[in-house]
Amino acid sequence: MIINGVSIDATFAEAFPMKATRAIITAQNEKWALISAQAMTGFATSVIACGCEGSIERILDPSETPDGRPGVSIMIFAMGGKGLAKQLETRAGQCVLTSPTAALFAGIDGGIRIPLGKNLRYFGDGFQVSKQISGKRYWRIPVMDGEFLAEATTGQVDAIGGGNFLVLAESQPQALEACEAAIEEMRKIPNVIMPFPGGVVRSGSKVGSKYKTLGASTNDAFCPTLKGMTKTALSPEIESVMEIVIDGLTKEHIEKAMRVGMQAVCDLGAKNGIKRISAGNYGGKLGPFHFHLQEIMA
Amino acid sequence: MSALTFTLKHKPAQRVDMSPLVCNLLTGMALADINAITLQSGKCKLRVDELFTLEGADTQNIVIKNSLDNLDFIGKDLEGGSISVVGDAGAYLAFGMNAGEIKVSGNVGLYAACEMKKGYLEVSGNAGDFLGAALPGNKMGMKGGTILIKGNVGERVGDHMRRGNILIEGNAGDYCGSRMTAGTIAVMGQTGRHLGYAMRRGTLLFWNQPKLSASFNDCGAHTLAFLPILFASFKSLNSRFADASIAFNRVQRYSGDMSEMGRGEVLVKL
Repeated sequence: MIINGVSIDATFAEAFPMKATRAIITAQNEKWALISAQAMTGFATSVIACGCEGSIERILDPSETPDGRPGVSIMIFAMGGKGLAKQLETRAGQCVLTSPTAALFAGIDGGIRIPLGKNLRYFGDGFQVSKQISGKRYWRIPVMDGEFLAEATTGQVDAIGGGNFLVLAESQPQALEACEAAIEEMRKIPNVIMPFPGGVVRSGSKVGSKYKTLGASTNDAFCPTLKGMTKTALSPEIESVMEIVIDGLTKEHIEKAMRVGMQAVCDLGAKNGIKRISAGNYGGKLGPFHFHLQEIMA
Repeated sequence: MSALTFTLKHKPAQRVDMSPLVCNLLTGMALADINAITLQSGKCKLRVDELFTLEGADTQNIVIKNSLDNLDFIGKDLEGGSISVVGDAGAYLAFGMNAGEIKVSGNVGLYAACEMKKGYLEVSGNAGDFLGAALPGNKMGMKGGTILIKGNVGERVGDHMRRGNILIEGNAGDYCGSRMTAGTIAVMGQTGRHLGYAMRRGTLLFWNQPKLSASFNDCGAHTLAFLPILFASFKSLNSRFADASIAFNRVQRYSGDMSEMGRGEVLVKL
């Protein structure tokens, strides 16, 4: 399959079941809601070492937030419910409770309930106040700037992590430009996040390493500087490869995000140095969700 | 299916216990069976058809017409469905109500919504003393749900209240929120003496500055983030509380009762 001179590999991205949650952070203005959200989803690029994958889903209009203030929706994904709950609570406690004017609300009403402000309330040292409004419990925790308002719980749902595609280009700036274009379109899709810095990862990994202590190492088949040293997957004109990883609540949302992302890359086309789109997988033996690139773009 | 309607034929000589006439107890009953139910009235037992004319068949939607203030225990332990009272209601309206909806077009007597657990009570007129309170000797009053009173209420509203909302468009009598454990009481009008007497936790929300006892301490003026959420939850009510223009988030906060636990708060609109 070739779209606008860009070859789409007959391969698939292999993804895994994860657990996900969403929280809404509001603040006095968008600037401070974003600061809090960025702190909460910082160091959350990969479950390999961060414990979770998280990112800002989108910026919310005041009319969409529970308290009518500017807000940001964030999503966090982890391999299990226990790990997710721990990450959520730790991050909420250190990044939102501490953030001036911020308040924290559930972003998912259904699912299994996991603590959001439920245990953070003990920071109030007995001065915390509970309010049950329309069936939801909120905690008002006295802090030095006034009160930190946090909903007691949010929802944990089944999700999918590890949808991906690789952009293969003739130069590094061209690969990055294509990925930026893709991310801009993908961020318009709800229920997905691209957890890596700016949504783009330049260090795609393979399973295993020559070093026994490492579970993952550089994906040498896609490293352009190793073209003459390893069993490469790159043709001579490829000078740079970048990857976009997608976590989402459903297969359909990930497919949709991949489609709009790959389309944005293809729109730049071969004339802008984009040669191929490929995907990362483990032979289909590890992850139950397979996203076939050509089927998605058909 | 039209609402099951009880139309009172004449004023009973004694007070009447209406507790058998709730949706959950009448489910599946034929009109003849309902007519044969006996109601305690003073020392006597009266058949339903001695007091009421019956119409309709929908037992989940009950209407009591020509209702008077000596019909007690209307909606006692209601588990669901709706009861509409046209006229006044006696004491213990919605006593122990678990779910459902009760609306009264007139006034209601003592102990309305006493120990109510869930559901919605709306009174277009006034309510007597001990609205949403606990029975004498009991430690837990209203435990959930919402009460809306469009008129005034008597003394001791929310006595021993534990959870839920009591919304009063008019005035409240003395000892409003006394011995309250938690929950919210909002009063748009004036309040009487000894406000929040011995309250432990909970919120008293006022549009007008009340006279507070010495055991309430001023915590200053604040903008509280939970108030817009609380007011938004009133939007669906048939009430002035649903009007966005009456909402506020800037308040003077007083804590008390310091002679008790002192974790309660009185919030007054600024």
